[in-house]
Amino acid sequence: MSRNFDMMSGLFYLDEVTHEEKRTWILGIAAVVSYAVYLVIVLGRAGARPLAEVPYVATLLWTVGASIAATIVLSIVVAVVSKDGAKDERDREIGRFGEYVGHSFVVIGAVAALLLAMAEAPHFWIANAVYLAFTLSAILGSVARIFAYRKGFQPW
Amino acid sequence: MVKPTRVTNSLRALRFAHGRLTQAELATRLGVTRQTVIAIEQGRYSPSLEMAFQIAHVFGVPLEEVFQYPEESS
Repeated sequence: MSRNFDMMSGLFYLDEVTHEEKRTWILGIAAVVSYAVYLVIVLGRAGARPLAEVPYVATLLWTVGASIAATIVLSIVVAVVSKDGAKDERDREIGRFGEYVGHSFVVIGAVAALLLAMAEAPHFWIANAVYLAFTLSAILGSVARIFAYRKGFQPW
Repeated sequence: MVKPTRVTNSLRALRFAHGRLTQAELATRLGVTRQTVIAIEQGRYSPSLEMAFQIAHVFGVPLEEVFQYPEESS
């Protein structure tokens, strides 16, 4: 009985969510999952050698590519399955707010990469600082958007 | 965390006064999602001035009958 109720409330929640909010969930989860997979693979490969010598380029490109592909496919599936309306002014304003919040991490990543490059740090650390900042930007932006959808949002 | 708005609205009462217009019907007439109408009604979202006027036009009433702002108590 309670299981049925949980399922019903879950479906009810999905019904209460706009297409853009579902897309935000997908983006955030894809960012977390792809970065976690990347970390597990690269750290698992390290063994006794220094991290900076671990091959990472192909793994990074594959996990980023898979994350983008999964986001596109899932967004299309969600759009086909649910009967949500098109993007409206609230979606656009919340989207901008999320971009604004996530932007700070892109800047932090760029500054970190700049400092690492000037210190002649290994390429591994420069690339990983940028990738981590992009991931944090996507996660923080998604969390900010979901909060704005759930808890309320005043554009001023 | 989210600064609450002082703007209140009579959307729910107006919908019932106009032949029990549903949130979905109002959303269709405004060209927005039903969730946006719900958010406005619950005070979780302040619409643009443009949409505020569109809502007033749907009900055929002045803006002040849809949205209210309390007088400053000094």
